[in-house]
Amino acid sequence: MKIKIKYFAAMRESTGKSSEVIETTATSLSAVYDELNDRYHFPLNRDDLKVAVNEKYVDFEEAVSPDDTVVFIPPVAGG
Amino acid sequence: MFAITENKIREKQLGDDRAGAVVIFEGLVRNHNDGKKVTCLEYQAYIEMAEKVGQEILNETFNKFDIIDAACIHRVGMLQIGDAAVWIKVLSAHRDEAYQASKYIIDEVKSRVPIWKKEHYVDQEPEWVACHRCASHEEHHHSHEAVT
Repeated sequence: MKIKIKYFAAMRESTGKSSEVIETTATSLSAVYDELNDRYHFPLNRDDLKVAVNEKYVDFEEAVSPDDTVVFIPPVAGG
Repeated sequence: MFAITENKIREKQLGDDRAGAVVIFEGLVRNHNDGKKVTCLEYQAYIEMAEKVGQEILNETFNKFDIIDAACIHRVGMLQIGDAAVWIKVLSAHRDEAYQASKYIIDEVKSRVPIWKKEHYVDQEPEWVACHRCASHEEHHHSHEAVT
């Protein structure tokens, strides 16, 4: 299936991309992270990130569905 | 009303004859952090989600506190020392509710809204900042899961 990944902050700098569409067989968000981490060697471990699907925080063990927009969220620092 | 803007924050006019108190909070860019001299801050947001989470926070604020109105605007882009990064205004009949609601909004914005800042320093490479207080906030919430 195809899913969209958006990157922000340190994740954007490490991939050199603000977004991309990937083809994946990963069943969980955790597996999507592992797959992309193999490719990009992210500067942040999974434990340091949160994950959002379609603009909502969800658990890393949740399933991913076709056309989802997935964002691995680095520690936030607004304000 | 919660909004993200790339421009200098222009205050929203909120007024209400029932209001006996107004609390305005502004978060400013300061010239130092953790002992390092800061020259400017670069803010980035996942805007679509930031606006949703920000609005959720305002909705929670209306449920938790007896207030009349509340608004929050967060700026993104390159900010200079003294610029307002975030602006919050709360109206209530009495001051206690406005103070408490204002604090609730800024604390939740800092810990949940997907906004990031990169600090640029006088004498070292810029760095993305992790909100340390937010990490402890998170630990506090999940303390029942802590392994000691």
